[in-house]
Amino acid sequence: MPLELVKEKWTGKINEVTIGATKGEGGTRTSKIVVGGETGLPFLHEEGEMPHRPVVAMEVWDTAPSDWPEVLAAPFKEVMDDPGRWSKKCVEEYGADLLALRLQSAHSDWGNASPEKVSEGVKKVLEAVGVPLIILGPGQDDRDNEVLPRCSEVAKGEKCLFGNATQDNYKTLVAACLADGHSIIGESPIDINIAKQVNILISDMGFPLEKIIMDPTTGGLGYGLEYSYSIIERGRLAALGAGDKTMALPIICRVGQESWRAKEAKAGESDFPDWGAVSERGPLWEATTAVALLQAGADILVMRHPRAVESVRKTIDSLTRKNPLRDSAETLD
Amino acid sequence: MIIIGEKINGMYKVVAKAIQAKDKSAIQKLAEEQVFASADYLDVNTGPASANPVEAMEWLVDTIQEVTDTPLCLDTTKPEVMEAGLKKCKCKAMINSTTGQEEKLNAFLALAAKYGAAIIGLAMDEKGIPQDAAARAEIALRIVTAAMEKGISLDDLYIDPLILPVNVAQPTAGHVLETLRQLKVLSDPPPKTVLGLSNISQGTEERELINRTYLVMAQGCGLDAAILDPLDSQLIDALITADLLLNKNIYCDSFLKAYRKK
Repeated sequence: MPLELVKEKWTGKINEVTIGATKGEGGTRTSKIVVGGETGLPFLHEEGEMPHRPVVAMEVWDTAPSDWPEVLAAPFKEVMDDPGRWSKKCVEEYGADLLALRLQSAHSDWGNASPEKVSEGVKKVLEAVGVPLIILGPGQDDRDNEVLPRCSEVAKGEKCLFGNATQDNYKTLVAACLADGHSIIGESPIDINIAKQVNILISDMGFPLEKIIMDPTTGGLGYGLEYSYSIIERGRLAALGAGDKTMALPIICRVGQESWRAKEAKAGESDFPDWGAVSERGPLWEATTAVALLQAGADILVMRHPRAVESVRKTIDSLTRKNPLRDSAETLD
Repeated sequence: MIIIGEKINGMYKVVAKAIQAKDKSAIQKLAEEQVFASADYLDVNTGPASANPVEAMEWLVDTIQEVTDTPLCLDTTKPEVMEAGLKKCKCKAMINSTTGQEEKLNAFLALAAKYGAAIIGLAMDEKGIPQDAAARAEIALRIVTAAMEKGISLDDLYIDPLILPVNVAQPTAGHVLETLRQLKVLSDPPPKTVLGLSNISQGTEERELINRTYLVMAQGCGLDAAILDPLDSQLIDALITADLLLNKNIYCDSFLKAYRKK
């Protein structure tokens, strides 16, 4: 008797969000990325459609990240002080089709750069590469509010994804993104109730839910990842099953930032000789965190190490095949 | 909760007048107001006074569908009026309603099957409205069995245990709650449940308070849908809050607004 799979019926659909505008659409990007559109849980191709594969956005900073561990900094050493060259390297050498530019130079501990200065960096990256951009503020409310509107303006028409709006600080960024045609990231502190609230607050300003992406915040593997996992999954169930449109939004996770915080990713071999080579541990920690979040429902993974990026991309390839078991068997032949 | 807006009913003077004068805008205004106030279905009843109910039903359905694609719940006891309305519906409709009386049950279930419509089954038969919960469940079971025989999905069958005015038949409120609980173990999957809510407060003082208190009690017993006045915003607030407390929606500080965006 053939095995009958139990299939869940879903009625909802996750919004589709486009990042990047080409010449014909009023921007200068050479490509664009669409995320979302799922009508079922991740990679259950028998239950629903997953029209757009999840994507990796490689992280680029607008100032050299002096606190990155050696293993992580090594691939970018030559280009770290120039966001244009760093971006180019990610695209040309590592095949990035989406970049996340972090405006760390605006952080009060990292140089406190002026809006003018910071927006120059944004321009540089836009000129250096043709892929769509995610642009992230330093995460300090006052600095975000000074710097992001100027950056939004210089990127007007490029349909970037700007972040992050939070429950206590969203109005300035929402207004800027509305004026300049960008999408926005709504961030919540590993709290599903606040995640929903942020979406309501942003949409109450007349910003369409269809252009918001949720950052539920995550911990790296071993540091609270499972809380984010449950939150992402519960949000998806509400969106797909109960038709909750305020939760039917694609998800972005800052995988690199959290994974490389973990002691296991960067502690030296002399301190922990049993843990294996530090050159392997970090990229593995980052890739494993990413893959878990993919299974939860993440649509965009912001990542750092080229080897982790490559391995996650391969995982996405195999998971987005319609019949991974059969296809992998064919590969084995 | 599925909200079925009750306002387009010929028993209301404004609707009766509009039907008579073919005043589209009055009907369309009621339709739009109810949809804006979160109605998932719009009940359509030509009323007792209508001279030509077939024509009135067709006109109402066409008139409403000009301004909204919200599905309609066609409310008539006459099969020919029902079919006239069903033919005009562009979306999946709901038939309101059949009873457990055999002839009627067969006629309306046949219409539900033919037009792919959902259907409300009233827990009453030729002997009238039953006295207690057990007798209500018995008729419901008869309707469930007949629907299954006709190949109608139980997801599309709504049993109405029939509420009576509290100042006329006070014990009924409790019987109906008990029936709602029993219906959920009647079959697997169980049929859905619905109430014509406003009937409980007919002829009483404090109608709105009685309506919303009873709605919340019924939600706690598993009620799936209610025919009610969506323009009563306190009623809808209570409905949303009860759904929230039953963990049907994710909490957020603006949960009332969030439901209405839903």
